[in-house]
Amino acid sequence: MASEKNQKAPVEMRAWAPVIALGWLVPGGGHLLLKRTGRGVLLLVAITAMFLCGLMMRGTMFTPQGDDLLTVLINWGGWLGDFCGGILYLMAIWLGYAQPDVAGHVHDYGTKFLVTAGLLNVLAMVDAFEIARGKKS
Amino acid sequence: MPKMNLSHFEAALLFSLLASVVLGVVTKNTDRERLHYGIYTFVCFMLALFGIGWLMYLGHG
Repeated sequence: MASEKNQKAPVEMRAWAPVIALGWLVPGGGHLLLKRTGRGVLLLVAITAMFLCGLMMRGTMFTPQGDDLLTVLINWGGWLGDFCGGILYLMAIWLGYAQPDVAGHVHDYGTKFLVTAGLLNVLAMVDAFEIARGKKS
Repeated sequence: MPKMNLSHFEAALLFSLLASVVLGVVTKNTDRERLHYGIYTFVCFMLALFGIGWLMYLGHG
């Protein structure tokens, strides 16, 4: 009896799925949905700023393509990183952002800024998921 | 959209600052811990930036 009481009930998917979905679509959106306003706004500002800086540096968006294994890994991995930016990535594509891959350290930094913005958004989504499941405050 | 022209150092500094904010926010449990971790990661970024920068300078000869 006591052990049954101590066992945590599994958190239903409908409790965390909207948090993950909104967290992907809008950086920090999962935190905002969970009423962690301050942290949500910080994430929104930092990730959006990183993505916009990447665009202003004329970074390249990856597209999933390639012939050999290394090229496939780089392009698919880079595209996945870009895609995790959520609405920022979708808006950039919808508005016709298509920067060719050119030489230069500023462009190179821009590409890394775009991918990192998406990867940081993944971290934000994981944090929101843990909050939704009650593992973090 | 305006074009941003930054030096290596400025771009790395901006990257470190924004990444540190996110890493600080998502990692710890209290606001105090988050602030400390954010500052810690920023300092680590700076140490790596200057350390690797000097290594490349000295290694280049």
